[in-house]
Amino acid sequence: MTGLHFDWLWGLAGGLTIGVAAAMYLLINGRIMGASGILGGLLAWEGHRSPYERLAFIVGLVGAPALALFLQGVQLPTPQAFTGITSDSAVILAGGLLVGIGTRMANGCTSGHGVCGMSRFSQRGFAAVATFLAAGMATMAILRHGLGLI
Amino acid sequence: MRNVSALLAGALFGLGLWASGMTNTAKVQGWLDVLGNWDATLAFVLGGAILPMLLAWRLTKGRRPALGGNFPSRPDTVLDARLIGGSALFGAGWVLVGLCPGPALASLSYGGVEGLVFLAAMSVGMIGVNFTRREVVPA
Repeated sequence: MTGLHFDWLWGLAGGLTIGVAAAMYLLINGRIMGASGILGGLLAWEGHRSPYERLAFIVGLVGAPALALFLQGVQLPTPQAFTGITSDSAVILAGGLLVGIGTRMANGCTSGHGVCGMSRFSQRGFAAVATFLAAGMATMAILRHGLGLI
Repeated sequence: MRNVSALLAGALFGLGLWASGMTNTAKVQGWLDVLGNWDATLAFVLGGAILPMLLAWRLTKGRRPALGGNFPSRPDTVLDARLIGGSALFGAGWVLVGLCPGPALASLSYGGVEGLVFLAAMSVGMIGVNFTRREVVPA
């Protein structure tokens, strides 16, 4: 769980793949690849352009890792499909609500502001990333090292 | 065509998130745990993802999207309370569980009931904010 070892290579390879996906969505569909925007817009449904485009994106996003898992019987040296998510339902509910409310308020998350925003040198993108990283690190410092809760 | 291309982009995004470790909550929490056992993997993920996008934004100049329409206009440079406040709430929620919206979807097939509950709670939060503003801004 600790250290880099080969994790950084998987991180870089996965990151490049994410970037190619974002570039493709931008250059072909003319859209920002932001997960919270795509899902949040779908959940607004009415008043939105192209719900099926959003739905197709989400089907691919959920389906491809599922398919990869299914094919993993061939024993490729792939990273684990593992979330290690907490079983504390109060934490899950609080985290989910905060992520949903926060990303919709800010109009973007790690993919929208982080990947797509910063790469076009958007001030809003940089401000959002700086804020959510700082808030995440501060929350971690307080809850893990201060109170020992997570 | 738009839907096919969106499906493929979503699929690549999902594979990238899975391979990069972004769906592993311990790695994400480790990245934000600067006082503990800091895990720098996510810097490679974000850096790697930004590289193709630097090129892509350059390619948008003087062109149109392959399937028509217009490229998204530059965001207003206004830094408002919604952006900062929302991002702060998001950061706190992100580290609590270790999932952000993309990975929450990408890990749906292996995240168990907990992953499903997280996605449901996140969706409720999104719908709540959608309700507070009738005129919605496209992604």
